[in-house]
Amino acid sequence: MQAFEWEKPVVDLEERIRELKQYCAQAQMDFSEEIESLERKASALRREIYENLTPFQRVLMARHPKRPTTLDYIGLLFDDFVELHGDRTYRDDGAIVGGIALFEGQPVTVIGPQKGRDTKENIARNFGLPHPEGYRKALRLMKQAEKFGRPIITLIDVVGAYPGIEAEERGQGLMIAQCVEEMSFLRTPILSVITGEGGSGGALALGVADRILMLENAWYSVISPEMCATILWRDSSRAAEAAELLRLTPMDLLKFGIIDDVITEPLGGAHRDHEFTSRQIRSFIKRYLAVIRRMDVNQLVEERLARFRRIGRFHDKSSQSLL
Amino acid sequence: MLNVFKGKPKYMTVKPEIGKQKEFPENLWTRCDGCGKVIYNKELDKSGYLCPECGYHFRVGSAQRLAMLVDKGSFVPFSPLVASNPLDFPGYEDKVIKAKEKTGLDDAALVGKAAIDGRECILAILDFSFMGGSMGSVVGEQLTRAFERATAERLPVVVFSGGGGGARMQEGIFSLMQMAKTAQAVGKHSRAGLLFISVLTHPTMGGVYASFASLGDIILAEPGALIGFAGPRIVEETTRQKLPSGFQTAEYALEHGMLDAIVPRPQMAQYVSRLLAWHR
Repeated sequence: MQAFEWEKPVVDLEERIRELKQYCAQAQMDFSEEIESLERKASALRREIYENLTPFQRVLMARHPKRPTTLDYIGLLFDDFVELHGDRTYRDDGAIVGGIALFEGQPVTVIGPQKGRDTKENIARNFGLPHPEGYRKALRLMKQAEKFGRPIITLIDVVGAYPGIEAEERGQGLMIAQCVEEMSFLRTPILSVITGEGGSGGALALGVADRILMLENAWYSVISPEMCATILWRDSSRAAEAAELLRLTPMDLLKFGIIDDVITEPLGGAHRDHEFTSRQIRSFIKRYLAVIRRMDVNQLVEERLARFRRIGRFHDKSSQSLL
Repeated sequence: MLNVFKGKPKYMTVKPEIGKQKEFPENLWTRCDGCGKVIYNKELDKSGYLCPECGYHFRVGSAQRLAMLVDKGSFVPFSPLVASNPLDFPGYEDKVIKAKEKTGLDDAALVGKAAIDGRECILAILDFSFMGGSMGSVVGEQLTRAFERATAERLPVVVFSGGGGGARMQEGIFSLMQMAKTAQAVGKHSRAGLLFISVLTHPTMGGVYASFASLGDIILAEPGALIGFAGPRIVEETTRQKLPSGFQTAEYALEHGMLDAIVPRPQMAQYVSRLLAWHR
């Protein structure tokens, strides 16, 4: 298990407990009191460390190489997933996956950016950085869901749309705009879960939803902390400071009214227990999906539009005399 | 992954007010980025900020743009909005105050009702000189109101986009959400069967390009305008590839099917007014 610097004390202690247990078993000696005491200590340490994560520590957790990917979640949350490929125009973009699956016995369309789980897969999936055709595929599947009255669930984990030559040539900006616009008016329930990284337009293109949920160690902002630091100080190594400024944690976004709920992860992060994390997500999806499924579709779209219409903070000069 | 242009002289035109190179005293002269010719500023004023030698399109402010576009006295601006600092981002208030002082604008969007060659429309012009023409809550709200007003009054919308920064970083998630808000306002206007002409001027990038600016029924651009999602420097650094010549220029975008037409500045008003006339 790769450990971050700040979690070393916990990881080391856990290692010691493991060794002691092993030794006990081999030597047939009873250290159960010592072990119990160490475990109490470990659990206190875990709480101390993981309940006080800085924003940038959360960003790093969101990027943990062992964190469940979209396909991992699809396997754990849904049954009988049928992946549907291709944008019908140019190619199949492996950086976005999508298809139909059963959620609690009901067919839904599920879509999300896909990071690779190893170097080979990362290269095949372009490190989870989608091209315009990925967004075109996503839009195709969303319209298909609308046609058949299926709810759409998007699982978002993307640092951004790919900034490449061909991506630009094929209209990256245009495709994102189209996704955002068309998603806004789709006459079917949409639920988004930001499971890891919510990087700018590349994330928003899949995130115009009726309910937006976010895992505890996920981030969502207009720019990555590294890019923000580069712009502010010409120094991407100051990303931790930028992460503080950007207010990109789920707790901030809940306060701002951008998202609807925060899904708790196991102490130490989603990568420590994929099953537990998925059970958590499943119960949140179940609860929120039930609400939007019941709504009249006209009202649903109207409320979706109203949700985004409200967002923005400014002073209105004409009414400023009243303030 | 938005690229915010900041102090990158490679893509900056020399604006008359900052033409402080020592060899041109008293800001009388400007060097053309297109051909290197040194031009007398008064001549630039008269030419609509075009290089008399090579036709290079200098960036123009929103007031100048307005003057060369709309019927005299026809422009009625919307009531002004002023940026707040939703994230308490350090230095943002100062930046806004300085930009206001420098430009005399309230924010980066000039929005109002206007007539172009006798045709009524709602017009919005983004001004690069105000924090790179970037979209925060104010620009997002003004654009949204523009489309809402146009929908209510059944008017066409004409938008001149030009913002190197795209979304305004200092407003974080609020800026990002303006992309959705403006795209939705365009969507409602469009679904009411109304015309939106989007004109891309130098530079239209990031969150501005990836929202309302891309959603025009007709998308025009000025010659040489930089148009794209990710900035050229980011693309170069990420891909470690040499950028093709003319990458992300209006001409390049046209060739790749991303634009309807490139329209030189002197023909713009007439071009737009003709399109407005055909969509009564």
